[in-house]
Amino acid sequence: MSDGVISRLASLLPRERLLTHVEQLAAYESDGLTAFHSRPLAVAIPESADEVISLVRCCRQERLPFVARGSGTSLSGGSLPVAGGIVIALNRLNRILKLDPALRIAVVEPGVVNTQVSMAAAPHGLHFSPDPSSQTICTIGGNVAFNSGGAHCLKYGMTSNHVLGLKAVLASGEVVEWGGTSRETVGPDWCGLFGGNEGLFGIALEITLQLLQRAECFHTVLAGYRTLEQAGEAVSMIVASGLLPGAIEIMDALALEAATAAVHAEYPRGCEAVLIVELEGPRETVEIERARLDDILLASKPVQTRPAQDAEERQAIWKGRKCAFSAVGRLSPDFIVQDGVVPRRRLGEALRRIGQMSKEAGLRCANVFHAGDGNLHPLILFKGSEPGALEKAEALAGRILRMCIEMGGSITGEHGIGVEKRQYLPEMFTADEIDCMKRLRAAFDPLEIANPGKMFPGGEAPVLQQRGLHPLEQAGVLSRE
Amino acid sequence: MSAQLAPNSISELVEAVRSTPRLIPIGGNTKPRLSKVDAARLSIAGLRGITEYEPSEFTFTALAGTPIKEIAEALKQRGQYLPFDPMCVEAGATLGGTVASGLSGPGRFRFGGLRDFILGIRFVDGSGRLLRMGGKVVKNAAGFDLPKFFVGSLGRFGVLAEITFKVFPQRVTSHTLKLTVEGADAAASISMQAAGSRWEPDAIDCLPDGATLCLRLAGPPQALDALSREILSRSKGEVLSEDEAETIWIDLREFRWAAEGPLIKVAITPAIWPAFARVIRTLSGARVHVSAGGNIAFLSLPDHTAFSKFDEELRKLGLCGLTLRGDAPLWSGTRTQTIITSGVKQALDPQNRFPSLED
Repeated sequence: MSDGVISRLASLLPRERLLTHVEQLAAYESDGLTAFHSRPLAVAIPESADEVISLVRCCRQERLPFVARGSGTSLSGGSLPVAGGIVIALNRLNRILKLDPALRIAVVEPGVVNTQVSMAAAPHGLHFSPDPSSQTICTIGGNVAFNSGGAHCLKYGMTSNHVLGLKAVLASGEVVEWGGTSRETVGPDWCGLFGGNEGLFGIALEITLQLLQRAECFHTVLAGYRTLEQAGEAVSMIVASGLLPGAIEIMDALALEAATAAVHAEYPRGCEAVLIVELEGPRETVEIERARLDDILLASKPVQTRPAQDAEERQAIWKGRKCAFSAVGRLSPDFIVQDGVVPRRRLGEALRRIGQMSKEAGLRCANVFHAGDGNLHPLILFKGSEPGALEKAEALAGRILRMCIEMGGSITGEHGIGVEKRQYLPEMFTADEIDCMKRLRAAFDPLEIANPGKMFPGGEAPVLQQRGLHPLEQAGVLSRE
Repeated sequence: MSAQLAPNSISELVEAVRSTPRLIPIGGNTKPRLSKVDAARLSIAGLRGITEYEPSEFTFTALAGTPIKEIAEALKQRGQYLPFDPMCVEAGATLGGTVASGLSGPGRFRFGGLRDFILGIRFVDGSGRLLRMGGKVVKNAAGFDLPKFFVGSLGRFGVLAEITFKVFPQRVTSHTLKLTVEGADAAASISMQAAGSRWEPDAIDCLPDGATLCLRLAGPPQALDALSREILSRSKGEVLSEDEAETIWIDLREFRWAAEGPLIKVAITPAIWPAFARVIRTLSGARVHVSAGGNIAFLSLPDHTAFSKFDEELRKLGLCGLTLRGDAPLWSGTRTQTIITSGVKQALDPQNRFPSLED
């Protein structure tokens, strides 16, 4: 059967763009969730939207599962291959098809890397707002499929909030075009429904993104606190003040230790937590709001506050923050990243309970989180070489997710359900709700060939195995957050 | 029109849906054309009240029939607001009707439209099941994003029962600058410049007179003084008094400028605005409010006689219109038909209990 399928696929692409040898497939066996791996039958590397459409239609005829993949940075195992299926690697669909500074939009192919959009837009004073920590490597196609976030979501939303139009091939083989270059639409929001589909609906071929004007002025402050509670209290005070910062982030002591080791960032000594707050806007506005923020921070009794004096210092603050996760690799051979959300007012309580639970599990847990929107990223450290350690870490991760649900939050803020959290979906949604989602999926993909085994519980379980850091992670290119 | 159902609780709503073979939900009936179909009318007005409001979370949850005015007042008391700037507030628009009609106002320019602030929904599907999708926290990526799909879904896929929104702190003050523009080309060009400027305008709207561009700024008063001076050094205009500004924005929000005839929403772009304006000029008695920096046009026709010509011209421009009120077909211009539309309709409403988008 597989030979027949391969030859049919080979008729759609030049042979060198259809990988079938074991050594070629190895690089695609896993993604950012390295604990899982699975070898696909083949990897197809299309170079045009038409080739993607042909591949998807061929998969449909052959009932062949396919997994779309960008740079493979998914932390929920969203691009984990399906054994016996193919991977459609979209990296060569990497053209920015249009950039219109007057309309402030870009039309891109799915394999365009996130930061490339902002880099292309920068000469016009524009940027693409979603900024996942993996932004220097992750692709827009993946950002759309998983509705990726970043540090600026409270004010500017996630990827879906920036998608104005889409051309996509659905798993049914239908090619659709939704939305356009207007920031408004009439009729149901199809682009909104497609965003975050986790690859279960089809593959985006052309994405129209809204670009935002880059703020004229930034004011980025780093404040160190003796306790996490104090840092959390400072966040509450900022939120209550009526200010709307572009970003509010917290790193705990263990994360700070890692970041310090990795990028030689300097943080105030003796601090259990560091808060990063960023204001942005016209200079006159920032100047006034800055004074208010200074007063609030002073009242929150930090050990030290350190405002960035220039763009370089601002960059350094963000570099330390964004590398924090991969940096944890220096403290522990293995770790799991969680992505739960709790109501912001319960952050302090959530962190205390995470601390307690990790103590009970005998595991260390570092915390880096988007404090402004209650999105936690506990990093559970463990030694995969120790028998049972991975299972213990997974169990702790599960307890944390259940806590998030119990607090009225979510099991995922920005990484998606993927393979990793699919068993928790029924704890957040009722059987009827999951049935509704399955019916929707069936409308887009009646044969269940698009990224099967993701989001919904059950189905074929992939191999769970300890494999350490991803090679790109070891090289410091990729980070898990 | 058929008889009216009027549930007073979510369980009554579920029961009403289950026991009625064909129905259409209605809110405040402020955009009556959207629900003018042959089906029993289900009023959601009895589902009223804010069920949760946590100012510190920047979120609230309310029953779908809650008037927007009630919500706006509750938010205002805590210094917060709905940044997408809902329309028809005084006229009695409800939260659910606003979502289903997909209407955002001038303020959508700064932080995004309704779709960017909806977080979660509870709705009754065509099988009479009460389902929750999305969440109650400001960030959530679990499950398919049906809350967004319900924005603009016109009550054709389910009945909204309860909705959770993200809100923002209200900025301290706002200034409205009234700029004089000569024609749509100039208006579009100034709008695009302002959109790409350092000023971060809150709203950029062109009044139905076609000669006035209103630019709203929001923030601390001292900053707004400086920004206003800078803008007025480049464009001819004036800063309006608070009262004058409020009158203008409320008139726009409430469509008080519009005639009795068809009122149509069209999604446009600043680039196509001049061509669109040329079309409007050929339609006798037509008036247009161009909102959100040239991304929305609200068109008022004196009566239905001009509709077919408008429809034809809109098609030539490749634009799509939706009739909110008045005697005219629901859709105008170009609409792409997809197979998946009926697939999703079948998934959510297998017995066609709700009318289709074509009805």
